Amino acid sequence: MLVNRKLILAHFWLAFAVFGIALTLGAWQMFIRSPIGTWLSNPELYYRSLTAHGTVMGYVFPTLVAMGFGYAISESALEQRLIGVRWAWTGFWLIVIGSVMAVIPIALGRASVLYTFYPPLIGNLFYYLGVVLVVVGSWIWVALMSINLRVWRKAHPGAAVPLAMFANVAGSYLWAWTAVGAALELLLQIIPVAAGLKNTIDAGLARVFFSWTLHAIVYFWLMPTYIAYYTIVPRAIGGRVYSDTMARISFILFLVVAMPIGMHHTFADPQVGAGFKFIHSAFTALVALPTLLTVFTICASVEIAARLRGGRGLFGWIGALPWDNPMMLALAFSFIMLGFGGAGGLINMSYQLDASIHNTQWITGHFHLIFGGAIVIMYFAIAYDLWPHLTGRELIDIRLIRTQLWLWFIGMIVTTFPWHWVGILGMPRRMAYFDFGDPAIAPQALSVTFSAIGGFVLLASGIMFIVILARGMRAPQIDAGAYRFALAVHQPTTVPVALNTHALWVALMIALTITNYGYPILNLATTAGTSVPAVYVGAQ
Amino acid sequence: MSAEQAHGSSVEVAARVERRWATIAVIIIVAMALLAAFAGIHRATMPQPRVEITDPSRIHLSGEFVESNLGSVLEANGNVTVRAIGQQYSFTPACIVVPVDTPITLRATSADVVHGILIQGTNVNTMLVPGYISEQLMRFARTGDYLMPCQEFCSFGHEGMWGKVKVVDKTDFANRAKAGGRLSCVGQ
Repeated sequence: MLVNRKLILAHFWLAFAVFGIALTLGAWQMFIRSPIGTWLSNPELYYRSLTAHGTVMGYVFPTLVAMGFGYAISESALEQRLIGVRWAWTGFWLIVIGSVMAVIPIALGRASVLYTFYPPLIGNLFYYLGVVLVVVGSWIWVALMSINLRVWRKAHPGAAVPLAMFANVAGSYLWAWTAVGAALELLLQIIPVAAGLKNTIDAGLARVFFSWTLHAIVYFWLMPTYIAYYTIVPRAIGGRVYSDTMARISFILFLVVAMPIGMHHTFADPQVGAGFKFIHSAFTALVALPTLLTVFTICASVEIAARLRGGRGLFGWIGALPWDNPMMLALAFSFIMLGFGGAGGLINMSYQLDASIHNTQWITGHFHLIFGGAIVIMYFAIAYDLWPHLTGRELIDIRLIRTQLWLWFIGMIVTTFPWHWVGILGMPRRMAYFDFGDPAIAPQALSVTFSAIGGFVLLASGIMFIVILARGMRAPQIDAGAYRFALAVHQPTTVPVALNTHALWVALMIALTITNYGYPILNLATTAGTSVPAVYVGAQ
Repeated sequence: MSAEQAHGSSVEVAARVERRWATIAVIIIVAMALLAAFAGIHRATMPQPRVEITDPSRIHLSGEFVESNLGSVLEANGNVTVRAIGQQYSFTPACIVVPVDTPITLRATSADVVHGILIQGTNVNTMLVPGYISEQLMRFARTGDYLMPCQEFCSFGHEGMWGKVKVVDKTDFANRAKAGGRLSCVGQ
């Protein structure tokens, strides 16, 4: 029962429009710092572009996808009209205003601090206020998801909350809490300095606050993808979810353990002691658990589909899968990229291995493979799956869709594999150009060239994606029917309270954050003499 | 066997397979955490244990990071201490000279924004956060020149912030150290 289609379409279209712009900037960056690009005469332009690319891809694009998809889930899984539509539009417009407000100073070169802020570098006040508006807009969505579920519960006492909505609300709570870290950094530290009320800032404390957001935000980006794995893929390929219970446990684990692990981003930092670094490292290992469980459940669900289609044998069933179905293709690509990216993540989480690749191009390669690859390819799949239900029109370009997914997968592999490799060679991140004439850097030139070519393949795929959706707006009308989610092999009628509500897990998430972050933050905040002079960007 | 019974036993099988996988997953994770703990203790690759602070607006006036104290020094016990600072957009000293096969302590900080030190071809890698002192233990197995880029965005000149590390043999270093003072290979 998708009633507020305009609202959902507005979120998706804005998401994909800003994605297209940021993708173009990304491809240009890959090109200009590669040996095939002419040397940039003004590196300052590169950092404007990099700040815009990161801010859009990190804060605006995935947030809008999660919101649009969240509204769609709420209406279709609960079979209940969205409550608070006016508020939802308010949230949307806050994001529009915030994005514009943030992008103007970036374009003017007044906020080249990258999306990770990096105080004591301080950019234009309006950049930070813009980001705050985007987050506030998304918090409205969090509240609406919670309210809609609450109303549904009242109307259906004791009933099992549909898995899609259970996961969606878990993701929204995770986002609400993980955004608090960056919000504290912005409101307590950066904005007073950017507004001229203060001129010193504790850079070490700011990095700890940011790490609070920086890791779990990845799991917020990942939530729509995991929801699609569990609740869309099995239905789309004609299978069943292997286990509804295990799915709920996975989402709960994400909610609880995605949060208190962010300090693995500060392994090489001098302001955090070794003890908390070890604790966060161990907790980071734990967050692999829900992914390992998911890999099992989804593979088993896919196997069910294959066997229902007549697949036989230990591995023979793989051939019986509907490989011409875009959803099947997207899932397979996503899993391959998740496998490589996840293995890379296990390297990053151990202090000893991280020392070799910290802040090298390996890290950029890693998160592009996981986020741009495994996660975003499922965003495409979600859009393709939902589009006929949102537009009432058929997506007719199935071949084009398959080509688009293939190109994204190939482009991502060609881009990120050499990217990882030059990282191992010690190539540092975030550089506007490299002196490939230096004999020590020359061996990296070929790999960087491959990455740049991969970047253009990705750009081509991204353009195709937008074209397919735009053509879908003018295709022949059809009755797409109600939007449905996958059923489990054993569809639950009642589930234990712990697997049907979030309160206990939210409490645990907050408690673990306090135990893992409370002491380091308090300690830094109360240590005198750690504030340093701000360095204003673009002031000269 | 009735259909009901078959269904019941398949539920059991499904749950058993699932439990088995969950157990394997947990074992993988515990093994990884133990491996990390073992590598950290056994190979002594641990993060710096203490948090030390310093005031970047005064480091050029007094304390261990005044200009005359930057560079490499041979300690009485034969170890070497290197002191360096990062600032937009260079390291001081821009070329660090150290002996091969010698325990070296790198102590560094930033004079302005966040920087990082990365020595290519090694696992020497630390952040320089203004207000805090970074300490890293290192030991080079081979002589030669290593590039030492800044690995963290420090504003528009970041791409130009490259230092160098020159690893020389022990006697060469000892000869250089005879004259006293702080050593570097700037201009060599």
